[in-house]
Amino acid sequence: MSDMGAAATRRGFLGWFLGTSVGAMCASVMYPVVRYISPPDVPEPATSSVVAGTTSELKPHQGKIFRFGGQPGLLVRTEDGYKAFSATCSHLNCTVQYKGDTKQIWCACHNGFYDLNGQVVSGPPPKPLQEFQVNVAGDEIVVTRT
Amino acid sequence: MKTATEPAPQGVRGWLEERLGYSALIEMGRHKLVPVHRHTIWYYLGGMSLFLFLVQVGTGILLLLYYRPSAEAFESVQFLVTKVPFGWLVRSIHSWSANLLVFVLFVHMFSVFFLKAYRQPRELTWVTGMGLLFLMLAFGFSGYLLPWNTLAFFATQVGTEVAGAVPLLGHFTLRFLRGGEHVTGGTLTRFYGIHVAVLPALTTAVMGIHLYLVQRHGMSVPPGVTPKRQMRFLPNFLLRDLVGWCLALACLAALAAFLPWELGQKADPFAPAPAGIRPEWYFAWMFQMLKLLPGHVLGIEGELIGIMGISVAGLVWLLVPFLDRGDPRGRASRLWSIAGWIAIAVMAVLTAMVYVKTEG
Repeated sequence: MSDMGAAATRRGFLGWFLGTSVGAMCASVMYPVVRYISPPDVPEPATSSVVAGTTSELKPHQGKIFRFGGQPGLLVRTEDGYKAFSATCSHLNCTVQYKGDTKQIWCACHNGFYDLNGQVVSGPPPKPLQEFQVNVAGDEIVVTRT
Repeated sequence: MKTATEPAPQGVRGWLEERLGYSALIEMGRHKLVPVHRHTIWYYLGGMSLFLFLVQVGTGILLLLYYRPSAEAFESVQFLVTKVPFGWLVRSIHSWSANLLVFVLFVHMFSVFFLKAYRQPRELTWVTGMGLLFLMLAFGFSGYLLPWNTLAFFATQVGTEVAGAVPLLGHFTLRFLRGGEHVTGGTLTRFYGIHVAVLPALTTAVMGIHLYLVQRHGMSVPPGVTPKRQMRFLPNFLLRDLVGWCLALACLAALAAFLPWELGQKADPFAPAPAGIRPEWYFAWMFQMLKLLPGHVLGIEGELIGIMGISVAGLVWLLVPFLDRGDPRGRASRLWSIAGWIAIAVMAVLTAMVYVKTEG
């Protein structure tokens, strides 16, 4: 091999070596940074049942938001009894509310409507609301995740 | 560089000149020429944007002295606007100036678009300008949450959910922005850091490149326009710029004094979204589009179609300088101008729908 060829090979190798070293160094710096900015999973305590309110709180065709673990739930008193749903809209996560005048569940953010079975009536929500089981124990309304 | 007619500066000016060489900058400003023609007025929007951005920096620094990015965020802003002398004024100017800045940036962008100022060799000036617009919208979005009021809470809930719906990177982005799965105090801390440190650092870098490119390529003369004459940047153009800045300052003062920015109600994550909720006006057209799309379109979730559609349109807009090959006779490309007017019409109609009817 000529001197020039050897020099070119050596230069090429050094260029490659330097380039990959810099690349590896950048990757070794960026990897912890990317992992750091992505928050760790903090498992929420699995709440399967909560007292959502008392029987004296709601009149027929009234609703209220209650805490179901770390998330909002919606309790509605109908003429026949109580219904409970996840209060998180399936569209873009806004918190829904009960509209007594139309007897529907409404998301004010993008005007989505659900019926009292949690099914989408109109608007952009792509999925129904998750429904919970409701039991009345004495004067307490107990909502359970099914 | 010293001219033959000007003696070397003495005293303090001479001392500074010897160390900083500032006269070279002044000379550069004197040699910089601005074409004068019937569209010259649009040249002032870049300087106006810079001025409003500097107002944001100044008032933002003042707000930092009292704001607490914690569970007391709302109370700290309440204290600022009710107890701190001129606190209401500083906050109002910061909020109004942010809105005016976004408005001026949009007008600046569309003026550059219709005057075809993105043509070769100014493609990267357009790209960096679009980068600055994106950064300013990010400033608006992140700053909106900081007072921790109801509107801000749900706007952040929706906005981060939109980011989370993007395929592949969506969930990572959502968790990165929220600091977890949900909008909490952790989200506020992140938004604060992004608003006062990350975005200013990025803006400084991108703005530096943008201003360098503007300086390097000079002002673009629209196709088919012959300048009547040229004006010196220093002092002629700069003095006219200053008049515009004074008007903008007067406008800001009037808006802040007569229409002080409201604080609203403290955010309650366990309260339903209030009726009439809507984002800031510059996000309203996207909000309305997501509202109009049905739950499913051809078996795909409507929100995903909307988000992907907006993303693709934004990408095409960013790449306009590379896609617009122009008219072979050197005139403005009519097709792209029509596309621009359609974009304005769609955004205006969707925005108007939000303000005309917010419920039902």
